[in-house]
Amino acid sequence: MDFNYTEEQLALQDTLRRFIARDYPFEHRRALAKSADGFDREAWKTFADFGILALPFHEDFGGLSGNAVDTMLIMEMLGRGLALEPYVSAVVLCGGLIRDAGSAAQKEALLPAIAGGELMLALAHFEPGARYELDHVATTANATGSGWQLDGAKAVVLGAPSADKLIISARDGKGLSLFLVDAKAPGVTLRAYPTQDGARAADIKLTTVTVSTNALIGPAGNALPAVERALDYANAALCAEAVGIMSALNEVTLEYLKTRKQFGQPIGKFQALQHRMADMVIATEQARSMATLAAVRVDSRDAAERSRSVAAAKAYVGAQARFVGQQAVQLHGGMGVVDELNVAHYFKRLTMIGLSFGDADYHLGRFSDTLLAA
Amino acid sequence: MDLNFTAEEQLFREEVRSFLRAKLPGEISRKVLGGKHLEKGDFVRWQRILHAQGWGAVAWPVAHGGTGWNAVQQHIFDEECADAGAPLQLPFGLKMVAPVIMAFGNPAQQQYFLPRIIDGSDWWCQGYSEPGAGSDLASLKMRAVRVNSPEGDHYVVNGQKTWNTLGQYADWIFCLVRTSTEGRQQEGISFLLIDMKTPGITVRPIIMLDGEHEINEVWMEDVRVPVENLVGQENKGWTYAKFLLGHERTGIAGVGRSKRELKKLKDIARKETANCLPLIEDQRFRDRIAQVELELMALEITNLRVISAEGEKRAPGPEASILKIKGSEIQQMLSELKMQALGHYALPYVEEALEAGWPGDALMDGYGDYAAPLSGQYFNIRKTTIYGGSNEIQKNIISQMILGL
Repeated sequence: MDFNYTEEQLALQDTLRRFIARDYPFEHRRALAKSADGFDREAWKTFADFGILALPFHEDFGGLSGNAVDTMLIMEMLGRGLALEPYVSAVVLCGGLIRDAGSAAQKEALLPAIAGGELMLALAHFEPGARYELDHVATTANATGSGWQLDGAKAVVLGAPSADKLIISARDGKGLSLFLVDAKAPGVTLRAYPTQDGARAADIKLTTVTVSTNALIGPAGNALPAVERALDYANAALCAEAVGIMSALNEVTLEYLKTRKQFGQPIGKFQALQHRMADMVIATEQARSMATLAAVRVDSRDAAERSRSVAAAKAYVGAQARFVGQQAVQLHGGMGVVDELNVAHYFKRLTMIGLSFGDADYHLGRFSDTLLAA
Repeated sequence: MDLNFTAEEQLFREEVRSFLRAKLPGEISRKVLGGKHLEKGDFVRWQRILHAQGWGAVAWPVAHGGTGWNAVQQHIFDEECADAGAPLQLPFGLKMVAPVIMAFGNPAQQQYFLPRIIDGSDWWCQGYSEPGAGSDLASLKMRAVRVNSPEGDHYVVNGQKTWNTLGQYADWIFCLVRTSTEGRQQEGISFLLIDMKTPGITVRPIIMLDGEHEINEVWMEDVRVPVENLVGQENKGWTYAKFLLGHERTGIAGVGRSKRELKKLKDIARKETANCLPLIEDQRFRDRIAQVELELMALEITNLRVISAEGEKRAPGPEASILKIKGSEIQQMLSELKMQALGHYALPYVEEALEAGWPGDALMDGYGDYAAPLSGQYFNIRKTTIYGGSNEIQKNIISQMILGL
C-alpha cells in the first residue's frame, strides 16, 4: 500500500505544472481553440522533449517504459491546463494499440515516431448508430488479392483532423480487424469540425479504400480484445484528466467564494454555498480515489479485473464530474456562463469527457453486470 | 503508487483471520451476522478474549497495553473483525475517554482507569449532548460547582445529559460540565469522570424508532464527584473534547462493516425473487447495488489514502469529516437497499425473531431468518448521519478547516 509518487513522477509533475503556468495560459488556450489546427504544435514538440509522448512505450521502441500511473499524473496536469493537444487519442489510445497489438515491424516503424512527436494517429472505431457498443462495427474489410478493401463510415473520430494515419476498425468474414491507413489515402474523406470543448474531430467516409496486407494490426478477425484494452487505457486517462479539472475548478470556485461580495460580505460566508463547496471537495477526493484505482488496475494482466475497475471508475468519476462542473458554474453565478472565464471551459471539457468512450450510465451497466457473475 | 497490501500485511491479515477462526465464539458471530440482539455479556466476553490475545486496544500505545500496529494494520484488523462477525468494540472507553486520559489525565487516573478499560472491567458511556446542546455542544449547561470539604474536595453536579448510548450498562460516564460562566462559553467547560453508582444519577431509557433501548437520558441531581476525577485542568475541557472528537480516524469510515453488509445485500438480492427470477437479475435493482458499491470502492481508497498519510506522520487534519460523511451515507444506502430487497416482506415487526435461536414460523412463508432485522436496521441507521457531529456540522468543519471559508 503506497499512495506516493516516485521522485521521477514528482519531477515530471512539477515540469508540467510549470509548463502550463508559463507557456499554456488560459488566453493562449482560447486562441488555440480558434486556430486552424486547434492545438499548439510547438507544445507537442515540447511534450516530446519532456518525454511524455514516449512514456507508455518500451525502451526498445524509443519509449520510457512508463506505466498508467505516469499517464494519470500527466493527464491530471493536462486537465488543469485544459490542454487541447490530442494526447489521449494519439499517445494513450493509438500508441497503446500499436504497443499492445502491433507487430514488431509496426512497433519499430511507428512508436519511435509517435514518441518523437513526428507522427500522430487517430482511432477510427465508433460508427453512426453504434453509440458506445464496441463490437457494433458495420465498416467492411474485404480481402483482395494484395490486401484489403475498406468501406464504411466512422463518427466523431477524435484527433482525426491532425492525424497522419488512422487506425480503422472493420469487419471481415471472421470478425473485427484493425488497419493502419494513411489519412490522405484515396477514398478517405474527412468532415472535420471542432468539438464543444474546442478540440478537433471528424466524421469519416471510407469508399473503396485499399490497403496492403501489412496494414493489418493484430490478428485478423479478432481485434476486439485489443480495442477493449486500448479504450480501458483511454478511459483511465480521461478519469485522471477529469480529476485534474475538478481540482482546478474547486480552486477557482473557492477563490470566487472568498472574493465575490454580496449583501456586504463574501458569498463564501453563506452556509448554503459552504456546504455545496464541501460537497464538491468530497466528490473530487472520492473521484481521485477511483481514478487512482483505474490507473493502477488498467495495467493488470487480468482483463476482467482491468475492465471492471475502469468501468467502475468511469461511471463514478463521470457522475462526480457532472456534479462538480455544474455546481462550479452555479456558484459563479452569471460569471459561470460566460465564455471569458475558464470556468465554463473546464465545465465543457468535463461534460465532453463524460460523453466520450462510454458515459456514466454505460459504464455503470458494465460494472453492474459483473455482479451477476460474482 | 501501489494499491496492493504488502506480503507482510497479507501475513498479518492471515494471522488475524486465524485468530478470529479460533477464538471468536460462534454464538456471538451468528448474532452479529444475523442482526440479532447482542447482550452486554457478549460485548464484555469478546473484549476479554481480545485482551487475552494482547489485542484489547489495538490503537493504544504499547506502554498502555496497545499493539504498536500501524494504521494499515489497524485497518486490516477492523476489516477482518467485521467480516468475521465480531461485535463492534464500543468506542466510549477504548477510543474516546482512554486517549483523553492518556493525553491529559494524571498518572493515578491512568493507572486506575486504563487497565480496567482494556480488560473489560469497566463499561464507559458518554455525557456530551444535552437537550439544549446538540450541534452547539459548547452551550452545554450541566453545572459542576467545586466544594471544599473536610471529607474531600468535590464537585456537585446538576443537570441533564441525553443521547447517552448504552448507559444502562455503564460503570462510568465521562461528562462535559460547566464550571464557569465567565468569558466565551468554550472556556468554562471541564471534563469529569463520574462513577455511575454515585447517588443522584438517574438513567431513563429513550426508545428509538426501531423499538430498541439503545440510548438514554442521564439526570444528575447533587451528584458528588471527587476532584480527583477531574481530567486535566478546570475550564480546559473543551480542548480535551475536541481532541477526543478528532482523535479516532481509522474505523470512522466503517469500511469493513459496509463491505460485509454489501455482501449481505448481494446475498439477499440473490435469494429474493422478482418476476420469478433472482432479484439481482432485475437491472433496476442491480444498478442500485452497483452504485453503492462504487461509493464504497471510492471510500475504501480514500480511507486508505488518509490512513497511509497518517502512518507517515503527516498531519491527519479534518479529512476525517469526509470519511464520516461518506461512511454514514453508505451505511444508510446499504441498510435501505437491504430492506427494499425484501419488498413488502419487510413489513412484519416480529420481536421474537430478533433473538438468537428463533426457530422461524411455519405460518410465515415469505419471512426468511434474515428478514427480521432489516427494517429495524434501516430505521436505526438513520442515526449515523446525525451522531458524532451531524453531517451538516462535518460540512461546516470542512468549510472552515479545509477551505478557510
